[in-house]
Order: sequence, then C-alpha cells, then structure tokens
Amino acid sequence: MSLTVISFLLVGLALLAYFIARAKGRALTARPGGTARTGAAAVHSRPAYHGSFVALWVALPALALIAGWAVVSEGVIADRVIDTVPAASRPATQLDRDAFMSEVRGVVNGEIEEAFNPDANPAAKVYVATKSNYNLLAGAAAAALAALGGLWGYSRLRPDFRARTAVEKVVMWTLILASLVAILTTFGIVLSLLFESIRFFQKVSIVEFLTGTTWSPQTAIRADQVGSSGSFGAVPLFWGTIFIGAIIAMIVAIPLGLMAAIYLTQYAHARARRILKPLLEILAGVPTVVYGFFAALVVAPAVRDFAVSLGMTNASSESALAAGLVMGIMIIPFVSSMADDAITAVPQAMRDGSLAMGATTSETIRKVLVPAALPGIVGGVLLAVSRAIGETMIVVMAAGLAANLTANPFQSVTTVTAQIVQLLTGDQEFDSAKTLSAFALGLVLFVITLLLNIYALAVVKRYREAYE
Amino acid sequence: MNSAQVASRPPTDWASPKMRARIARRYRSESIFRNLGLFALVLAASFLAFLLFTVVRDGWQGFLSTDVKISVTYDPTLLGIDPAAAKGPDAQAALQAGDFQAVMAAGVAKLGDEADTVSEGAWLVLRKQLMEDPALLGKTVSVWVPAKSSIDLLAKGKFDLAKPELERGVSDADVAHFNDLKKAGLLRTGLSRIFITGADSTSPELAGIWGATVGSLLTLFVTLSLAFPVGVLSAIYLEEFAKRNRWTDLIEVSINNLAAVPSIIYGLLGLAVFLNFLDMPRSAPIVGGLTLALMTFPVIVIAGRVAIKSVPPSIRDAALGIGASKVQVVFQHVLPLALPGILTGTIIGMARALGETAPLLMIGMRAFVSDTPVGLTSPATALPVQVFLWSDDVARGFVEKTSAAIMVLLVFLLLMNSLAIYLRNKYERRW
Repeated sequence: MSLTVISFLLVGLALLAYFIARAKGRALTARPGGTARTGAAAVHSRPAYHGSFVALWVALPALALIAGWAVVSEGVIADRVIDTVPAASRPATQLDRDAFMSEVRGVVNGEIEEAFNPDANPAAKVYVATKSNYNLLAGAAAAALAALGGLWGYSRLRPDFRARTAVEKVVMWTLILASLVAILTTFGIVLSLLFESIRFFQKVSIVEFLTGTTWSPQTAIRADQVGSSGSFGAVPLFWGTIFIGAIIAMIVAIPLGLMAAIYLTQYAHARARRILKPLLEILAGVPTVVYGFFAALVVAPAVRDFAVSLGMTNASSESALAAGLVMGIMIIPFVSSMADDAITAVPQAMRDGSLAMGATTSETIRKVLVPAALPGIVGGVLLAVSRAIGETMIVVMAAGLAANLTANPFQSVTTVTAQIVQLLTGDQEFDSAKTLSAFALGLVLFVITLLLNIYALAVVKRYREAYE
Repeated sequence: MNSAQVASRPPTDWASPKMRARIARRYRSESIFRNLGLFALVLAASFLAFLLFTVVRDGWQGFLSTDVKISVTYDPTLLGIDPAAAKGPDAQAALQAGDFQAVMAAGVAKLGDEADTVSEGAWLVLRKQLMEDPALLGKTVSVWVPAKSSIDLLAKGKFDLAKPELERGVSDADVAHFNDLKKAGLLRTGLSRIFITGADSTSPELAGIWGATVGSLLTLFVTLSLAFPVGVLSAIYLEEFAKRNRWTDLIEVSINNLAAVPSIIYGLLGLAVFLNFLDMPRSAPIVGGLTLALMTFPVIVIAGRVAIKSVPPSIRDAALGIGASKVQVVFQHVLPLALPGILTGTIIGMARALGETAPLLMIGMRAFVSDTPVGLTSPATALPVQVFLWSDDVARGFVEKTSAAIMVLLVFLLLMNSLAIYLRNKYERRW
C-alpha cells in the first residue's frame, strides 16, 4: 500500500468523522425538552464546527505521522535492504550506497530490465517486500492514531464545548503558515544562491569574477589539457546585459511607451482607449519565447542585412541590436502602464490651471504633467530595466553566446541570463567551477534586480504620497 | 513687471501676422505631438500584428502533413509473427513485437525510384493499423504513410523552385520524385494526426505537440493546486488578520520582491533545492509545477489582497454585528465576494506560468521526450520549452512546426485571458 493511498484513506476517514460528529452536534442542538439553559440556545458552537473539530483530530496527527514517515522511510528501507547484501560486496561509502539504491529502484520501477550490479536483482525483491511491510505498519499506526484522536475529539463534544474556538485556532495557524511561504521562498533563493556561490568563490577569486574581462568557462576535463584553463571574468557579461537590457531596449521602450501612455491618457477618446489598451496588454502577454523566436527568425537576419548594406563585412547573425530591439518592444506595455499610472496621479487642478492659462494640450503635457510625473516615470523605467536585465529567452535565442566587450550593436554579445542557461543545460557536475559560476551569476542578477526594485518602488511610493 | 507696467502695456493684437504665425506654430507642434503619440501606439500595434501574421503564415501548414500511398503486404514470415499467436490471448503483445520496418521496406521498395520519399518512422503507422485490425495479417492493403520532410515541404510549396539546387535547400532528385508521385496521384496533404496527437521526435514529419501540451497541463495542475490555496490564505492573513509588526512587514516586502524577481532565479532555486537537495526527479512536471508555483503565488497574493480590500467594511460590520466570529466573517462573507477578483488574478498568473520557459530549462524540462507523459513524475516537456527546442533545430521542417506550436500556445493563452476578462465583467461588483 503506497503512502498516497494511505493519505487518501485518512482523508476519507476524516470526512466520515466530520459527518458523525456533525450529527452529534445537531443532536445536541435539537435535544427535546431542554430548558433555556440546557436547550438549543446553550450550545456554544454550530454542528459544522463539532464536525470539523473531530475531523481535524482524526486527520492531522495521522497525516503528520505519515508525512514524517515519508521523509525518513527511504533511508530506513535502504539500510534494511543493504543489510541483506552479502557482506563482501556490500556498498561501503555513501556514494556507493546511493548508486546501489538507485539501481535497485530502477529495477523495481521497471526502468532497468536487468541491473548491472548482480546484487541489485535480489535486493530489488527485498526492497519491495520491506517497503510494503513498513508501509503497512505505518498505515496501521496512522489508523490507530486517527481512531484515538477521533475518539478523544468525539468525547469532548458537549453543549458548552467551544468547538468553534478550537477550529478557528487551527485555521489561524494555517493562515500564518501560508504567509510564511513567502519568507521561506525568499530565504530559499538567497541561501541556495549564496551557498553555491561561496563554493564557487573558493575556486575562483571574487575580485577576478567581478573585474576580469575574459569569460571562457570551459574548464579542462583532463588536467594536462591545453588551452582550456577556464577564466571567469564576468565584466563582458555585465556589459552585454546592460548594453541590451538597459541601453538598446530602453532607447526603444522609453519614447514609445511614454508617448503611448500620453496619447492614451490625454488624447484618446474613451472608445479608442477601450480598444488600444487591451492591445498593449496582449503585447505584454505574449510569452517571451515567442519574442525570442521572432527575434531570431525575422529581426536578426534583417539587422544583419542592414549591417551588410552599411558596409560591415563581418556582421554576425546574432546581434545585440536584434535582441535589444525586440526586448524593447516587449517592455513597451510595461513602461506605458507605469507612465499611465504616474500621469493619472498628477492632480487634475495642475492640468486645468495650465490649460486655463492658454497652453495647448501638448504644452501642458510637456511643461506641467511630465515634469510633475517625472519621479513616477523614472521609478517605472527602473522597474522596466530590472525586468529587461532579468529577461532570458530573447537573449538566449537572439543575442548569442560570444562574450565580447564591444559597443558595436551589430556584434554578438552575451548576457548574464544567457550564460546561466548555457552553463546549466547539458551535463552537470556539481563541483565544477563552470556549473557553480552560474549560481554566482544568478546571485549578482538577484542582488541587482532586488536593489533596483526596492529603490524604484520607494521612488514610486514617495511620488504617490506627494500628491495625496 | 509691476501692476503699473501691466496696465500701461498695449493689449496683445492677436490678429497681427506675427501673433497669427505664433499661434499657427503652436498648433502645428500640438498636432505633431499628438500624432507622435498615435504613431507610437500604431507602431506597437503593427508590431503585434506583424508578429502574429508571421507566426500564422509560417505555422498554419504545420498542422498539415503529406502522406504517400504505398501498398503493403502484412506477411507473417516477414513480420516474424506466428499467425496462431496473433489470434491468441497475447495477440497485442505478439503484434507489437513484429518487424514492421522490414514490411515497410518491402512496401516502399515497390515505389521504385521514389522509395526515398517515405519517412523513416512510417512503420509506426503500419504497426498501429495492424494492432487495430489484426485480421489484416497476411493481406495486402494500400496505406497512406507520412512522407519525409522535404517532400512534405515541397507539397506545401515552401521552396522557390526557380532557384538553383544549392540555394533552395532541396535536391533535384527530391523535386523529381515529388513531381512523379504527384502525377501518379500517390500524394495527399491533409490535417496531420501525428502532429495533433504525437510527442516530440527528431524528424519534423513525426513530431507532435500533444506530448508538450499534456506536460504543460500537468505542470499547471501542480502549480494551481499549490499556488492558489497558499496564495489566497496568505492574502487573507495579510489583509484581514495580520497586526502591523516587523514580521508582517518582512512578509510584505518578501512578496513584493518575489513578484519582481527574474524568472530564471526561480529556476536556479528549483535546481538547487528540489533537484539537488530534495533529490526529486529531473524533467518531471511535479518539479516544474513546484517551481512555477513559487513564482505564481506572489501574483495571486497581490491580486487577492486588492480583491479583499475592495470588499466594503460595512459587509464585515454587519456580519460581526449579528454575532459572527472574525473567521466566519472572512470565510463566509468577505471571501465569496472577493472570489471573482481573486480568480481573475489567478488566471492571469497561470497564463504567465504557462508561457514561462527559463525556469523549466533550469530543471531539465528541455530533455528530449518522445512519449506523452503519463504522470506527475514521468519525464515531460512543456509547450514553451517545445517551442524553444524546435526553434533551435536545424531541420528546415521544424520552422513551421515551431510556429504551429506557438499558435497552440497562443490559443491557450487567449482562452485563459478571455476567461479572466469574462469573469471580471460578469462578477465584478462596484460598491
């Protein structure tokens, strides 16, 4: 019997307990001949709470037991299985044990017909037997625990028992646990990035990583191999990221996004706005992989042909310009919606005042609205930059992997995100500097986007408060 | 300028040529500015239109495939199937084990010079046909089998035949074979069952989108079943119960930042925690779903808080006033009223998760998976990852398959967003 089946049975049991206890709760409420003190009015909680109370006592302790068993079970079963292997060929180190057990599991799941290790085939039978025995035992223990919990919970049901208070306490704890997931995720990100990055910085100095200008992460497979020592100077990647995400993309996105927002908020009729705004939202909803495909298939060849017509002979088919242009278009709706918010937040009185003085609409926008909304717009642009430098698929598909330190937009550059994808796909060894460097890059990316976001959100917030 | 000067200044003569020119200049700049705004919007819209046009132009034929008619004899000796076994209880297993490649080779050889036009995987069609109808064993039938990719593309007119052989990407021999077959009426192009029901393959004509679609659905199922409850409960806690203190502030800052963390960072988290630390299976929908759930739940929390906040306090006061507890107020009154808003936010978050590629690449969902996934732990790929993989493939036939896969992905996104808009319009209440 698998643990999933046991869990489902427990949930079913809890449902049963709910209905029984709710019936008892109803019986308490409907007791005939009760006086004001002993009759319906004196029951503290409604029947459903009596039901939930007992159901929780049936389910929670037993499910906790099963969850705990699920965590430790594989280790315990592995110990038992390995004990049955003849002592002479018993795997000794932790690594050997893991390899042996994964082979055994492969045989059990039918992924491997015949194990390479002759001991694994008999061990597979032992594994199946041990596992089903232990799971049966765990199931029995859980059932006993459920019965005990249920009986105890049921015995407490009285007219004056505060079932609602007890159930609500559990609800509150569930709510608190759910909101702790956010903190756990943040810590998970920080710790996993830091942990692997520290291992990387034990192999490569942090100064070289942050200031070196050569990036070629190929480490030698054999020690005597020539020319592949691996160098981890990430400056070309940082430059490529800034060049594509913060310069080219923003040259496209800021004017277009801002003008689109101005037109939508100041000029467009309500009906035109109803059509044009969702259009921008569609642009924002197109998956980035589609933009990447489009950049690689349509924009990049066009950019290369343009470069060739300018007289560049070595124009590459993967260029910073192609990736940056498409990324800029992807960011337009984002910039536009931030600018939209910022402009609408400017008090109507300022606009009316300017118009009353005889300024045209465009003069009002240029000389009053945009200067007044500038902090909000700048905050929005910073958020857009943070989005652009964290964007992955467009640069993976259109920007290339050559780590060039160049300001020529027709050349291929690479970015932090493209390198992370490159380093972590394919075969991975988790102790090579090459793989670990991806986590160091991830850490840099995380820190920079985090700082940008915090700063930009603070700017936007202060700006909003200034006009409230 | 003091008041005496103002009073003594002659009034502006608006009719003077100088003033007229000035006003005309100002109006001109006004109209230029206005048109610049319109131009920006039109540019964005035309880019979207161009993108969709390119995808549809390249992609609609990806749903079609070209078949060649061959005549096949299901010869039991060639197949290596004992006719008695094929009628026995284990008939399906016996048929499954047959040597269909040999049968196909024999059938294809009858085409003569044009034998090279049939896809290498065509025998799969024969096996399926025989397993569905075992009575065909020993008989000769004519079967439509998939043509190889270059013939398929020729039939769809993807090559410019006026160009010399080396530039157009297809050999003269293939063109000649194609013309012969077409003249003999042995070709037909129609809706491709393989593309709609199959999984990934190394040859374009045998690749299908169904495997990736199932992978995406399984992944989204995990994401939804984790992110929705946690997100909603978290939003309820923060909006209705949390006291303002350092912990609550920390939770709020975390959620706001998590919503803006680049998606690839979640991929790194999934790789380090779920795969390396917890030792979960690579390329599995459950890991992809977990990773995307972490990414989606801040979006749901933020949408949920806005929806809960918009429920007017009078509802809460009324329920509290007749003796409901705080928990009862929230779960029996506030939550049902906030639910349409929460659902809209959830669907939008799920649509984002559906289009997300980078985190799935990190946790190994870019593996080549030629089977449709059957469970949460079997190797799978997802629609956007399939797009990425096919766009990377050098075989020319994959260009239209990539665009077709993008069309499938966009249709799903369109459906989800329409559902969100419908829910918003139908159930949203203004108080």
